[in-house]
Amino acid sequence: MSIWRKALTTAALASVLMATTAAAENVKIALVVKALGIGFFEAAAKGAEEAAAELGDVEIIYTGPTSTTAEGQIEVINALIAQGVDAIAISANDPDAVAPALKKAMDRGITVISWDSGVAAEGRQMHLNPSSSALIGNTIIKLAADHMPEGGDVAILSATSTSTNQNIWIEEATKVLPNYPGINLVATVYGDDLADKSYREAQGLMSTYPNLKAIIAPTTVGILAASQAVTDAGKIGQINVTGLGLPSEMAGAVDSGATISFAIWNPIDLGYAATMIAYNLNKGTAKAEPGASIPMGRIGAATLDDNNEAAMSDPFTYDKSNIEQFKSIF
Amino acid sequence: MTGIATGRTIPDRLQSRTYRALRSWETILLVVAVGVFVINSFASPHFLNAWNLSDATFNFTEKAMIAFAMAMLIIAGEIDLSVASIIALVSTAMGLAMQAGAGVPVLICVGLFTGLVCGALNGALVAGMGLPSIVVTIGTMSLFRGISYIVLGDQAFTGYPDGFDFFGQGYVWWVFSFELVLFAVLAVVFWLLLHRTNFGRAVYAIGNNATAAQFSGIRVARVRFILFLLTGLMSAIAAICLTSRLGSTRPSIATGFELEVVTMVVLGGVNILGGSGSIPGVVLAALIMGMVTFGFGLLNVPGIVMSIFLGLLLIGVIAVPRLLRGK
Repeated sequence: MSIWRKALTTAALASVLMATTAAAENVKIALVVKALGIGFFEAAAKGAEEAAAELGDVEIIYTGPTSTTAEGQIEVINALIAQGVDAIAISANDPDAVAPALKKAMDRGITVISWDSGVAAEGRQMHLNPSSSALIGNTIIKLAADHMPEGGDVAILSATSTSTNQNIWIEEATKVLPNYPGINLVATVYGDDLADKSYREAQGLMSTYPNLKAIIAPTTVGILAASQAVTDAGKIGQINVTGLGLPSEMAGAVDSGATISFAIWNPIDLGYAATMIAYNLNKGTAKAEPGASIPMGRIGAATLDDNNEAAMSDPFTYDKSNIEQFKSIF
Repeated sequence: MTGIATGRTIPDRLQSRTYRALRSWETILLVVAVGVFVINSFASPHFLNAWNLSDATFNFTEKAMIAFAMAMLIIAGEIDLSVASIIALVSTAMGLAMQAGAGVPVLICVGLFTGLVCGALNGALVAGMGLPSIVVTIGTMSLFRGISYIVLGDQAFTGYPDGFDFFGQGYVWWVFSFELVLFAVLAVVFWLLLHRTNFGRAVYAIGNNATAAQFSGIRVARVRFILFLLTGLMSAIAAICLTSRLGSTRPSIATGFELEVVTMVVLGGVNILGGSGSIPGVVLAALIMGMVTFGFGLLNVPGIVMSIFLGLLLIGVIAVPRLLRGK
């Protein structure tokens, strides 16, 4: 009897000890996405796992609702609070609606950050943007300039003339233009994010500027239409189409050579960086306050602005070397 | 019971069979609910925690409030698929009132009034003009949410006044949230209304045979109209709770709630063709759906598994009584 009791007590004690050491060792970080089954977020989860493997003492919980609703995300958040996770990194379906639930999570000592799609300031400690307008503006010019050693004419094919994002990026791009001597921006036209109108605008550019060396389209619709127009005009090799595009849509253009390279955020890096930041904030190695610098592992460090927002990095460049890997992701 | 065995008098057989089926269905639900509770307790160490369980009730309280009214509507042989859109419109109306500087009591009145107007429109089209409710409410489903989208576009109403957050985030006592208490009170009210009043009897009568009910002196159109009003009102109450819980309004609020509400009602044993069902069944169905969702969430089971589970449960609900009858 007493032997049994002793054995049982030891076993119980051992299991309690093991449980506590396990709990003390592993930081549980929940990566909450807009909805499960979206390639972009599955890729982000891969990045999070990569960060976890690098850190060693991290357990990633990849979760999200079945459809992109705020109500569904709140149910997920409540379940995560109940489990007592250490950190939540969320790409929100609604910046305001999830804020009360996330505020509750923070009240219970959980580290909360948002990434990709932000949360209202009161519902998170910091927000990680994939990139910044200045970085995007510079990247789209650089993508064209890198393949024009002798310089030459370039044109921009944008979305609509009122698209806020595109206008800011183009403004930033024109600012850095003097850094690229020999690159001559001859026109900015608008395809209204319609495939057929973008195609016609690209044709117009080619006939108006016979010496055109590159078309820069900071929109996924525009870059696809322009690469098609260049292909159809038989000008592959003469005119390089670049800008912001989706790997799944651009794989054909990269294969044919109409597009040498293009850029967009890398979801793997984003998931990786979000995990790193959540870990560092949770461990107390960094603080979420304006001006703070939070380490993001191999990507560098994120510097917070006055709204506790940070930009991760330059948009990621896709070309023949990596398009095969990414075209199935998003 | 012996009456069934001998099968002498046909009316007796029908009545006692229905009665038996109803009783047994709620028993099955109760067993399932207890089973889910026990399994969850073993599956996750975090389940049996008063605050966690309290948080979990938010998964179903708002939908269940609408489900009570929807149950009566379906028992009467009608349906309202516009409930989620009524939530969107009510929330938008409250947002507009908030922007105009309204205080909490005015916001509540605006919300309830908007819900009643929506219900009255559905009721007038169905009961007044005799149009089929499924078609009418599919139409108003687009109409009500459409208005929200026109008003808000991709914007959101935020900054509801202090005190408004009580309805969706406040606690009456200890872990008992306002929503949970309201859910319990409304369950009792609807139980009394359906099972203990003439109005409730009329609802069953209409669902079983509207023509016969009409000839028995029941004012069928009026009862139907009141049921749609009631559904609009309950949607408004749910909208107030949800808006308060989210602290904001977007036109996409409560997307897909109508199907979850109907699922809850059917799972609760209400005959989708009308004529039978009970409030305790709906309460149990709400508890089961809420606890299963929460239990799966605690184990980080992807939500799609929950959808599969619910789908199977729903098919089971329809199939089991038929199989029993076939036997």
